[in-house]
Amino acid sequence: MIRRLLPFLLILPFAAQAVEIREFDDPDKQLRYERLIEELRCLVCQNQSLADSDADLARDLRDEVYAIIQSGKNEQEAVKFLTDRYGDFVLYRPPFKVTTALLWIGPFLLLAGGGLFLWRQVKRRDTGEDLALTEEEKKRLERLRNNLEG
Amino acid sequence: MRYLIPLAVFAVMVIFLGIGLTLNPREVPSPLIGKPAPEFLLPQVADAGKTLSRDDLKGQVSLVNVWASWCASCREEHPVLLQLAKQNIVPIYGLNYKDERDNALAWLQRFGDPYAASAFDPEGKVGIDWGVYGVPETFVVDRDGIVRHKQTGPVTPEILEKKLLPLIRQLQATPS
Repeated sequence: MIRRLLPFLLILPFAAQAVEIREFDDPDKQLRYERLIEELRCLVCQNQSLADSDADLARDLRDEVYAIIQSGKNEQEAVKFLTDRYGDFVLYRPPFKVTTALLWIGPFLLLAGGGLFLWRQVKRRDTGEDLALTEEEKKRLERLRNNLEG
Repeated sequence: MRYLIPLAVFAVMVIFLGIGLTLNPREVPSPLIGKPAPEFLLPQVADAGKTLSRDDLKGQVSLVNVWASWCASCREEHPVLLQLAKQNIVPIYGLNYKDERDNALAWLQRFGDPYAASAFDPEGKVGIDWGVYGVPETFVVDRDGIVRHKQTGPVTPEILEKKLLPLIRQLQATPS
């Protein structure tokens, strides 16, 4: 069994290594670089991060990010480099701005709205407004009672 | 009344999703609009001894067109650029992106050269500074060197007539 699997096991490291190998003088930098390219979007294949994308531009942008991190600058500077050129679109996590306010607050507004709606529904049921009998129902009830007694 | 609220919610969703359908997700708004064009200094495609820089753009409204010989859509927009160049309305500067000089020169020879000059950017570094992600791209730069508009994808006759030319005329009419 293991013999048959061996060739596949051998190519496994290559499958996982779609992105080129980078050397860092500091493991912390490597960690920061790898975390960063996961969070940046490739502009060519928009549903892939820079880390996942095999596009030419993604490779160039990884080069830039690598150079910035390797030179000792922090993540913000790498992010600024990209947003200055490509806009907030490269960020999978957009910053909070007037234009993105609805995006950030929207879910909470919906939740609050839904909660309010639910609360009002429950409250109305508690007071029994809906359960109260109409005039007609009362008359019918009276009739049924009379029938039973009589 | 009971059906009115769900209906209203549905209507709002239809409106938003409808707007969403008309948007082109490939078109990423450029953060360069309204800002000075990114600085660059590159050799020209036609003559490695000559350079093209941001300063060459200043003093007149110009178009900066990013192109490459490997780019199929560039060929599509090429006749439009050639036609525009003939009319002498606005100079078109080329940014030859991630190309090889021989291929670029052969391409210009074969299809015609609408460019006042083309900068040679084989590594695409200047392209990155300009936020290039899908060739062809065309920028409208005013006479102060401020980027005013970006067109991602080929310039069609319709885009030229309805968007680029009115903007160019407007920029040319406003004194700096």
